[in-house]
Amino acid sequence: MTAPSPARGAICIRDAVKIHGTDSAGVAAVESCSFDVAAGEICMIVGPSGCGKTTLLNAIAGFHGLEGGSIHLDGRLLCGPGQPKAPIGPDRIVVFQNGALFPWKTNLENVAFGPIVQGRLGRKAALEKARGLMAEAGLRGCEDNYPGETSSGVRRRVEIVRALMNEPVVLLLDEPYRALDSLTKSVMHEALLDMYYRNRVTIIFITHDLEEAIFLGHRVVIMTSRPCRPKKLLEVDIPHPRDYAVVTSRRYRELVHETAEAVHEEALKAFDLGEREAAEGGRFAA
Amino acid sequence: MTDVSLSSQAAAARFFWVPKGVFTEGGRRALIAYLVVLIVWQLGSTSEDWLGTKLPVLGNVPSPASVIRVWAALIHDPSYWMSWAMSMLRVLEGFSAAVLLGVPFGLLMATNPVARGICLPVFELLRPIPPLAWVPAAIIFWPTQELSIASVIFLGAFYTMVINVVGGARALDARFVQVAGSMGGSRWNIFRRIVLPAVLPSIFVGMEVGIGITWEVVVAAEMISGGGGGRAGGGLGFFIWNSYVGGSYPQIIVGMISIGIAGSLSSAAIRALEPVCAPWLKAR
Repeated sequence: MTAPSPARGAICIRDAVKIHGTDSAGVAAVESCSFDVAAGEICMIVGPSGCGKTTLLNAIAGFHGLEGGSIHLDGRLLCGPGQPKAPIGPDRIVVFQNGALFPWKTNLENVAFGPIVQGRLGRKAALEKARGLMAEAGLRGCEDNYPGETSSGVRRRVEIVRALMNEPVVLLLDEPYRALDSLTKSVMHEALLDMYYRNRVTIIFITHDLEEAIFLGHRVVIMTSRPCRPKKLLEVDIPHPRDYAVVTSRRYRELVHETAEAVHEEALKAFDLGEREAAEGGRFAA
Repeated sequence: MTDVSLSSQAAAARFFWVPKGVFTEGGRRALIAYLVVLIVWQLGSTSEDWLGTKLPVLGNVPSPASVIRVWAALIHDPSYWMSWAMSMLRVLEGFSAAVLLGVPFGLLMATNPVARGICLPVFELLRPIPPLAWVPAAIIFWPTQELSIASVIFLGAFYTMVINVVGGARALDARFVQVAGSMGGSRWNIFRRIVLPAVLPSIFVGMEVGIGITWEVVVAAEMISGGGGGRAGGGLGFFIWNSYVGGSYPQIIVGMISIGIAGSLSSAAIRALEPVCAPWLKAR
């Protein structure tokens, strides 16, 4: 792998607005949402369920557009005035919640997919590079298995290697470890950090797991309940590189506690909102 | 099961010719099932001898013994095998056409809203028409009887193929397309490397159901079209009909079982093809 270039991958979000549904009956999923992510930063986003975090991530990835505001990547306009939707490209790769490895390709073929379809590498060279990256990530031995034959923890790691294979400047992780048990998760976290220390790619990571957020992130952005906007930005002043000893430190516990309070408040709001909507929905149904 | 019994079974299998799989749990169960059917059938068809009165339904059926006797004689008759070959050939023709046209047509309808908007209403109107209802029209439309039969068989499998392909393509996980797109896959690449393999299992389901329908249709079409010289007419359907007209009842049963065997063989062939074409499915 080439030397990390943390000069790339700075994201700047200004006054982002995203409305779901039609204009008249639309629900604002994201509103006046502004924050920056520095190049090479691990930025954790936490917030109540359904608050619009994924919507924001998808807008960065270019899966859908914004109704207002702008997103810049390294000073280049991704989406905003004149460009309602960011172009989809290998510089921003999403790793999805339940994993999206192609079941019909072996793990190795999955990892090699990007450079092959981009025509950047020949099939043989791509497979070779993929093999090297997988070995580096400690994934030797499962290359020729199909994802269906692979444990969920290994699948997530393969998927992140597949993303890195495209040499992205931003990695967009949407609760990638949600379905994993806590023991597997802790292994995943160290593996992710290990990869991060080698690549220093900007990571935007959505999670509901506050301990995960503090353990991994340079910064935690706590979102309000719908519409989604930053409620609190928390610097995690625990130096990188980190290992699992961090979780026993006092500072770690303090930060988790601080985050929990802010999140809990929003979670209550989101819950009330959900109850209200359910009651209204019930009335319409009846 | 211990090693000793396994090896003695293996020895027995080597000594007498025993098909592979007979000693497995499933093989033994299948063997028992066939035996039970044969015994019930034999008892039922000879009920007049041991009961004094015919049992309903089964009492009128030729006995398995007589069927086997007739079958043994037919095995040396080339015209019996010709019937097999003709039906097989027709199934193969109509079925291949249905797969070759049904898959692209289904994919087109699933991926292109304009094509779907135009084709679906017509497709949905034609689909409920049973293939056999097309027989008279097909005889009028097509210049040869063979083409009429083939087109009716084609329709039998075509609808099933299209429905399955459309269903499979519409169930495609959007994330796969998004991931492939962000990794720089072109439309063609996404189609070839994502949509096609994702739909493959549905194609196989369609083929398995479709080939069953194909056998139903070919037999009925052959009964209607009747015999003829050379390549025209004939087939297992005509074989059954001819046996009925000629009054050889055991031969009707021979024809029926032949179709059963032919049908299961073709389904088995498709099932055997699946792990070759879609090796990842056995990993689930």
